[in-house]
Amino acid sequence: MDITFDQVSYIYQPNSPFEYRALKDLSFSIPSGSFVAVIGHTGSGKSTLIQHLNGLLKPTKGTVTLGEYQLKAKEKNKELRELREKVGVVFQYPEHQLFEETVAKDIAFGPRNFGVNEGEIDRRVNEAIQATHLDEELLERSPFDLSGGQMRRVAISGVLAMNPEVLVLDEPTAGLDPHGQKEIMEMFYDLHQKKKLTTVLVTHSMEDALAYADQVIILNKGEVYMQGSPLELFKKQKALEEVQLDVPEVIEFITKANEKLGADIEYTGQSIADLAKEMADFVRGGRDHE
Amino acid sequence: MSSSLIIGQYVPGNSVIHRIDPRSKIAIIFFYVVIVFFANSVMSYGVLALFAIGASLISKVPFPYLMKGLKPVWFLVLFTFILHLIVTKQGDVLISILGWEIYREGVVQGAAISLRFFLLILVTSLLTLTTTPIEITDAIEELLGPLKKVRFPVHELALMMSISLRFIPTLMQETEKISKAQASRGVDFRTGAFKDRVRAVIPLLVPLFVSAFKRAEDLAMAMEARGYQGGEGRTKLRELTISRRDIAAYIVFAGIVTALFLTRS
Amino acid sequence: MDQSQIEFRNVSFRYQEDMPWVLRNVSFTIGADEWVAIIGHNGSGKSTIAKLMNGLLFPQEGKILVDGEEVTQDTLWEIRKRVGMVFQNPDNQFVGTTVRDDVAFGMENHGMPREVMIKRIKESLNAVGMTEFERHEPHRLSGGQKQRVAIASVLAVSPRYIILDEATAMLDPKGRKEILKTIRTVQEERELSLITITHDLQEVTQAERVIVMNGGEVWMESTPRDIFSKKDSLIEIGLDTPFVSKLADHMKDAGLELSREPLNHQELLEELWTSRSIK
Repeated sequence: MDITFDQVSYIYQPNSPFEYRALKDLSFSIPSGSFVAVIGHTGSGKSTLIQHLNGLLKPTKGTVTLGEYQLKAKEKNKELRELREKVGVVFQYPEHQLFEETVAKDIAFGPRNFGVNEGEIDRRVNEAIQATHLDEELLERSPFDLSGGQMRRVAISGVLAMNPEVLVLDEPTAGLDPHGQKEIMEMFYDLHQKKKLTTVLVTHSMEDALAYADQVIILNKGEVYMQGSPLELFKKQKALEEVQLDVPEVIEFITKANEKLGADIEYTGQSIADLAKEMADFVRGGRDHE
Repeated sequence: MSSSLIIGQYVPGNSVIHRIDPRSKIAIIFFYVVIVFFANSVMSYGVLALFAIGASLISKVPFPYLMKGLKPVWFLVLFTFILHLIVTKQGDVLISILGWEIYREGVVQGAAISLRFFLLILVTSLLTLTTTPIEITDAIEELLGPLKKVRFPVHELALMMSISLRFIPTLMQETEKISKAQASRGVDFRTGAFKDRVRAVIPLLVPLFVSAFKRAEDLAMAMEARGYQGGEGRTKLRELTISRRDIAAYIVFAGIVTALFLTRS
Repeated sequence: MDQSQIEFRNVSFRYQEDMPWVLRNVSFTIGADEWVAIIGHNGSGKSTIAKLMNGLLFPQEGKILVDGEEVTQDTLWEIRKRVGMVFQNPDNQFVGTTVRDDVAFGMENHGMPREVMIKRIKESLNAVGMTEFERHEPHRLSGGQKQRVAIASVLAVSPRYIILDEATAMLDPKGRKEILKTIRTVQEERELSLITITHDLQEVTQAERVIVMNGGEVWMESTPRDIFSKKDSLIEIGLDTPFVSKLADHMKDAGLELSREPLNHQELLEELWTSRSIK
């Protein structure tokens, strides 16, 4: 599903002393099937942006186009339900939304609301737990008896069972240990590729943006500050520092190494092993010359 | 945005009324509520109204806020007034409409009762408009202090109130978050039959309770780790002090009480 | 004999009798003014250790001694003054309706006089850089700011030990940096031992000593440098190494000799610079 923001502004509590412009003339487009990372500090407008993707909020000004749906100021949308079925949102700490008696019922909640028939629901529930690597034995347990990591997987399964075309992920790894973080991100990337999803990832992790995204949008104070491919963007260390964002550690290190050792190693997405070899060769090369 | 959340009705300000000790405010309002029932002449009502309206003006609380407190009870005031018109059958007949006779006493009594209501609500909303909820909590803890002797859990009650106040904004944010998450899973909170809308509340309430319990558990542990052992042996940072302002307030109030009894008929 | 230390002596713990042991025969010592990081994957028992240190839990076997005194129901009150604790969730440990009320909470519990409280609120808020927020309400603070207030609240009681139980886990990178900077300055300026229970590898490299927990037992106890040189064994118990360690390992594989395990960018760059200069 192609997503386009055209001159979108959003104002909280307009015409009150608390009026706050969260988005300012935001324009960008996300082609169908791409993996986009949205990066920015708290207050940059990320969470307001996300809520425009499935019509939880409507622009105060401008237009959001998602496939054949359009969200515009002051226009009622009858197809909001259809839109929400096609755009799955995994909110921050999604395990907080669990409520059913059993894991199976909770995962089925979304599809059931959208009127999917029971046979299809069963099929989707099973497919979802396979994708999130949950054990089938857990299906009849109460979600509240599970570990934190398992609860998160149940919540994610609940969104996947809606069979969305667009997957919106709001810091899906927050609060997990490094091992769990990696597992969850690998899982989403896998799904993105297999199901040809359009994925929007909101993250603080430059490492994740670098590893998975093919496009990065950096927000600052409700505006698009930078946009482009991760490799291209993360070369602009100065510009990023201006909005207090770091570059991924690997790029930071290469920049420092180039300065200190007078090398000109370029980061092109090579693995740590390849990079180490390149650096080792350079260091040894230096020795050979002299 | 969340930063605009106002708990209760408090309107920030720095007037004399705002700065009077909350205990004094509560005490004066308590006695005011009592003496309102002693007024029985136009003049005595005038004195009481002067006090309430004067205090409202000094507080500089904008007029619409004062009226907001009256909104839910306007109907009650009107109802009492009409009830008196119909029920009371003393004095001269003023008008007679379609066989309904309205007596002079009915109008007088109806007006008096309605005015009492109005004044009571005005002064009590003035209290909540000029005093933060936490100040009210502190004042209640102090005023109920003597009840500790009969083992009434005054400290625990006050602590519970202040922790609730602290967590109201947090739980409001949480409610908003969960309702958005469930709306994204196809729950419709706004339209549909009444039965469906009630059902839609369950996916909101269950997570909210689960999270509130989790928070309570965490908080209890954090309080214990920080040495909380109940009220005994505890000192307090928040301190209420009676100042010259309070004494002035008491003197003005005593003047009003005197004037009231002088103007009674 | 210097008594100021926390000592675990053959401690075993389980939540219920029919449940498996969470900690098995754990012994270690944390000295005065030391910064010790405790790491381990989820379920390794590391958070239980924190709760045992100030008597939120009691062991079934073994003893925990704080400054030579055993942690029991009778000594709790005194020990909690000396062992302060900051928890994971910034919201669920903020008791006061404003920042200053929250900092005062612990002092009120310990019956400190009001004048002392006022002085210490100023001092401890200053130490964590939150002075200008003294009158703020919690819902107007960011997660990192709330955690700084939690640290100030603990500091105000002037403890000898501060435990941070995954205190940065729920923060964004900016908040995490703020907290790390705060605890580093606090530890330098005051006579304090820091015990950080964490997943954050950056936090671990800054500690003086690391205790690695696995399956309820102390798996290893050493310096961060030594621990991160054992990459393969760490991965076996579900732990990771920092980027610099990984890079250095691959460089060794590529035949480059390094004189020691580098802990940060600076150290690795120095190594590379030296190797390049050697003829």
